[in-house]
Amino acid sequence: MTQDINNLPDETGHFGRFGGNFASETLFHCLEELKTAYKKLKNDAEFQQQFKQDLAEFVGRPSPLYFAERLTEQQQGAKIWLKREDLNHTGAHKINNTVGQILLAKAMGKKRIIAETGAGQHGVATATVAARMGLKCIVYMGSVDIERQAINVFRMKLLGAEVRAVDSGSKTLKDALNEAMRDWVAHVDDTFYIIGTVAGPAPYPEMVRDFNSVIGREVRKQSMEKIGRLPDALVACVGGGSNAMGLFYPFIEDKEVKMFGVEAGGKGLETGQHAASISAGKVGVLHGNRTYVMSDDAGQVTETHSISAGLDYPGVGPEHAYLNDSGRAEYVTVNDDEALAAFHILTKTEGIMPALESAHAIAYGMKLAKFMSADQHIVVNLSGRGDKDVHTVADLEGVSV
Amino acid sequence: MTLLDSTFKQRSGKKALIPFITAGFPHPKMTVSLMHTLVDNGADIIELGMPFSDPMADGPVIQKASEQAIKLGCNLALTLDMVAQFRQDNQHTPVVLMGYLNPVESMGYEDFVKTAAEAGVNGLLLVDSPPEESADLQTQLKQHDMQQIFLVAPTTSDSRKAFICQQAAGFIYYVALKGVTGSADLNPEVVNQEIKDLKRYSDLPIAIGFGVKDAASAVAVAEQADAVVIGSALIQVLSDCTTSEQAQQKAADFMRPIRSALDSL
Repeated sequence: MTQDINNLPDETGHFGRFGGNFASETLFHCLEELKTAYKKLKNDAEFQQQFKQDLAEFVGRPSPLYFAERLTEQQQGAKIWLKREDLNHTGAHKINNTVGQILLAKAMGKKRIIAETGAGQHGVATATVAARMGLKCIVYMGSVDIERQAINVFRMKLLGAEVRAVDSGSKTLKDALNEAMRDWVAHVDDTFYIIGTVAGPAPYPEMVRDFNSVIGREVRKQSMEKIGRLPDALVACVGGGSNAMGLFYPFIEDKEVKMFGVEAGGKGLETGQHAASISAGKVGVLHGNRTYVMSDDAGQVTETHSISAGLDYPGVGPEHAYLNDSGRAEYVTVNDDEALAAFHILTKTEGIMPALESAHAIAYGMKLAKFMSADQHIVVNLSGRGDKDVHTVADLEGVSV
Repeated sequence: MTLLDSTFKQRSGKKALIPFITAGFPHPKMTVSLMHTLVDNGADIIELGMPFSDPMADGPVIQKASEQAIKLGCNLALTLDMVAQFRQDNQHTPVVLMGYLNPVESMGYEDFVKTAAEAGVNGLLLVDSPPEESADLQTQLKQHDMQQIFLVAPTTSDSRKAFICQQAAGFIYYVALKGVTGSADLNPEVVNQEIKDLKRYSDLPIAIGFGVKDAASAVAVAEQADAVVIGSALIQVLSDCTTSEQAQQKAADFMRPIRSALDSL
């Protein structure tokens, strides 16, 4: 595998100056335990076989690489391909990671599952695998998000999970993560914390990336079959950055493949109302790792804004911070209105309704295509489907549903 | 010898009392006078919390105190300024800053350590900066005789205890329970045994915190420890104070019984 050559993170969980283990002392033992268990199972044939089988039979993989013919025609540039993570069980890439982590939890003999969620996609994906394994599941969610994402809250409850409202701080994703950490500290012995993105203390960024790397591995194979070579560019949206990392990682050594991470530009970087940690944040420490963080002059983490709840996070996975600084990947922003426009365009031209998160990637993919030639190929990660966002879009456009 | 070292030495076996207050809570203008009140009523060392937006190791009481302090305009620069003001009238009570790394990192290690040392800070405890990640910070701290305090938890393995104790300075902060600050159920028997065990790794004084709330619980866990830290319970008492006088009165009433209980040991 190509990724073995670029062997990051190092033993201490660092990606260059990013990542690491900035956790409370109480958690060190279980992080160490987790690291050891993961290291062992990563190379365990039986575990990998089970993971593969679950991805095939429970998630429905491989997901297709779809040629967006009409979208391509409209842009009159490079060919646009969509990696259809929206067709996965539960409707997004998030399930790849939860399927992997729950197997790990089982192997470690943990009885209680906790998770944080923002938009509710990771919460649903966690509740789903917990239900399948018959494990108790508690999902922490900011009370503001609970209000915004009522349907996903109900889905989690249907799946048997307990959803706990978080009323501290900004009452959104970052605070849900804080609260999950607090729960974990108090229940370290029997609890497994399924973090939903490539952030958190080591080994989470590496582990979540690995479980999502199935996306990029499939794209490599599918590109060879359909295009006859690797694509020229990859595009994915970045909040914490798990779908992007999953797509990018298997291509890291293929320098000819350009990689673009699309951050949420919100109402525009100049307004301060966005969630573009790499493009407009500074290096800091949040949720157990060093990375780019949106914070004020005094180092207080600031509230973020995006039309898409899944990108509404003031940090970013440390490996993205590293890929940015090393120049291997480029990070750009797409604003709310551009994402909303892309949502409509994809829906009308291809009959595919993207999640508002993924619509950011679509918007940038369309822009990029225009500057590339017809014999070039772009793969855009369609990380999730848009059903969950129908109400948001209706509200924004003053339509009552 | 640092001020922290000599303070513990002078106690010669007597238990030290370390109250924790969040800088800027209940109001930034009350903090300096509160610090003096704490000293007048038995504090040997003061732990001053640096408010942070995402205090992931703290329970609801200190979370709220942090939020309120930030809302009232308290930040790291102001916190350091409070220490400088306190030092104008008190040069003998060590001050340990406690908090999270991001505000410190945001100010820059060099600037922060220099300003803190000038203000009269003696120790620094960062919940999310374990020894493994603290090398650069330590380099700066050493240049200014500031000591970094490290935590040991009930879950810390033996080999890690040895590693932490090697890096530790000032004192070792033993986290009495698996949980966040201000949690309820302390088991003194277990705690005392753990601290006895921890002493095999280090000659440094050991302070115990997280879950100590009054004279009775302080006495119960002080059998083996050299110092007791009380935070959430004190913050709780201060939470509805609207004037400095009121806050000082409440703090004094809170401190006195704990001080005398510890002195009777």
